[in-house]
Amino acid sequence: MIRYLGDQLARLGHTGLRAIAHIGRAHLLLIGILGGTPSMLVRPRLLILQLYNAGVLSLLIILVSGLFVGMVLGLQGHYVLSQFGASESLGVMVSASLVRELGPVVTALLVAGRAGSALTAEIGLMKATEQLSGLEMMAVDPVKRILTPRFYGGLLSMPLLAALFSAVGVLGGYFVGVGLLGVDAGAFWSQMQAKIDFEEDLVNGVIKSLVFGVVVTWIALYQGYDATPTSAGVSRATTRTVVHSALAVLGLDFVLTALMFGD
Amino acid sequence: MTSAKTSATPTSADTRADAPPLVEIRGLSYSRNGRPILDGVDLRIPRGKVTAIMGPSGTGKTTLLKLISGQLEPDAGTVLVDGQDVNRLGRKELYRLRTRMGMLFQSGALLTDLDVFENVAFPLREHTRLPEPLLRKLVLMKLEAVGLRGAARLMPSQLSGGMARRVALARAVALDPMMIMYDEPFTGQDPISMGVLVALIRQLNDASGLTSIVVSHDVDETASIADYIYIIANGKVMCQGAPGAIAAETSAWVRQFMDGLPDGPVHFHYPAAPLEQDLFGDAAGVAAITAADVADGEAR
Amino acid sequence: MAKMRTVEILVGAFMAAGFVALFFLAMMVSNLSAASYSNGYAVTARFDNIGSLKVRSPVSMAGVRVGRVESIHYDQDTYQALVTLRIEPAYDRIPLDTFANIYTSGLLGEQYIGLDPGGDPDFLRDGDQIEHTQSALVLEQMIGRFLFSKAEEGSE
Repeated sequence: MIRYLGDQLARLGHTGLRAIAHIGRAHLLLIGILGGTPSMLVRPRLLILQLYNAGVLSLLIILVSGLFVGMVLGLQGHYVLSQFGASESLGVMVSASLVRELGPVVTALLVAGRAGSALTAEIGLMKATEQLSGLEMMAVDPVKRILTPRFYGGLLSMPLLAALFSAVGVLGGYFVGVGLLGVDAGAFWSQMQAKIDFEEDLVNGVIKSLVFGVVVTWIALYQGYDATPTSAGVSRATTRTVVHSALAVLGLDFVLTALMFGD
Repeated sequence: MTSAKTSATPTSADTRADAPPLVEIRGLSYSRNGRPILDGVDLRIPRGKVTAIMGPSGTGKTTLLKLISGQLEPDAGTVLVDGQDVNRLGRKELYRLRTRMGMLFQSGALLTDLDVFENVAFPLREHTRLPEPLLRKLVLMKLEAVGLRGAARLMPSQLSGGMARRVALARAVALDPMMIMYDEPFTGQDPISMGVLVALIRQLNDASGLTSIVVSHDVDETASIADYIYIIANGKVMCQGAPGAIAAETSAWVRQFMDGLPDGPVHFHYPAAPLEQDLFGDAAGVAAITAADVADGEAR
Repeated sequence: MAKMRTVEILVGAFMAAGFVALFFLAMMVSNLSAASYSNGYAVTARFDNIGSLKVRSPVSMAGVRVGRVESIHYDQDTYQALVTLRIEPAYDRIPLDTFANIYTSGLLGEQYIGLDPGGDPDFLRDGDQIEHTQSALVLEQMIGRFLFSKAEEGSE
């Protein structure tokens, strides 16, 4: 019995130590990535390529999802608000949910699934095919050359994608609310403008998506860089990227919301 | 001073037995996850020669190359490359040393998002500020040397394994290094590309005064180009000498490895409990394969 | 490289679209286009009860928004709420004896300050105080009063 307990404790300790080691390695990697900033700025072309991978290639899914989320918000919001005779507030409801929450969060989740997993797989396969070692042997730091541009590509794409998501979503809500359900267009926009605050809502939304951009790309890069260089290892790392990113985004969203709007 | 001379004129290396070797390894030990991979290895890689490191799969040959290039840190022992202790170097100095080393990976390790030309141009672009026309000429010359100038605009995914390795070779020599390490260059090659690679390794070595280290378990091809052979097994140097001397070696283990015999000192069977016991005995028979058995089997 | 050029163009378009979206959100969705708290003039008003009035609630005259609530404090000496209103500079002819009410927009809407102009020839200036105020209607009080009067009717 005591022996069993000891084993369990030892296992717990082992897991804890491994988790701490992971966190430590992830931070070291982040420092390395940030250290590559100057050398990346000398070659903006690398960054442009990664903006293409993270941003342009995620555009379709972001725009389509944003449109549908906005339209659903329009429908659901109208259903609820019309019961209180407040359907003019539809614009406020749609835009507040999008700008504050859904824009940054859903964008981060979609980017984690679309660009983050691709990033992990790419880095993991580069490791498995010895491309990273090859760079090392050519006296090129793979962290600076490969990871840094990808980090900034994801980081910068995220707020832009979130803004596009929200903007398209507001238009989708407008289309449903005003176009289909007959809410007054003037009330839709004016109520929105009266209630949505630039600093409180929009700037905070952008800050959120910047934070999510850092977290999602960081997790994706770390998982790829730390992956076991086999096909099974890379596939596990890809799964971990999506799961860890989703959890981190949702958890951080709560913390950030509490800090920003919790007065 | 003398070292610079010998590397410039490889033929004079034969006459000077006391010339310092390019790579000198002393008492090198390395273990992974508590399992010893290398255990007190001593090696001397002479300048301007093709030195082969041979041995069965999984005996740490690739690990040895990674230790020489400073990608791994040994548990004990020293690696001197051109007189510098690789593990004492700072990051900058290590990178500077690596620009003078080329390495050909088993998979080629070409960057998959760049075409052949850009792959070969990569180290030049990273480490030099050559004007574009000169860089173009240089890259095309390197590609010509491996016979792939015509493939300059292909992507790595369009290349066969042998071609990818030749491109990687062109890339490895792009900065005119003092030595090249080949990690299993012949594995999985058809006879023609094998022949091409064998000829290329020898040609590059002799034409530009390189020092080559070939890690391989392909006995015949390696023996045909090597000036000196080390055979490594179980983390130790089992045998060394010129190809002729190795061919004349009579130890049972070396004969089994060189001649590719299925059974000998290295058993055909992975260590296991007696077959009867496994088939008809109780379940405990399986557990009877103790760790000691496995270790014993590996030691042989 | 022709391919790199396409990538560059697409990335440029992406970034432009992203910034246009941000601009759209700032101008059309948020109140940035109407943001002018920093200029304009401040007047104060004291209320016995402000209900659920908040900072940045609108201040309107005849239903037109003319400013915002800038700050709300509690005055310990008078036991009243001290509300500072920031009026946009364009509206500089609000009579001194203007009446400030706290209204509710719709049944469940948020509360705002409505200004009913008086007849004084002098106008409010920066730092002035609105003397005539009407507190917010608190629903519970209203219901209580209503029930009380019903009960009185019944007993007659």
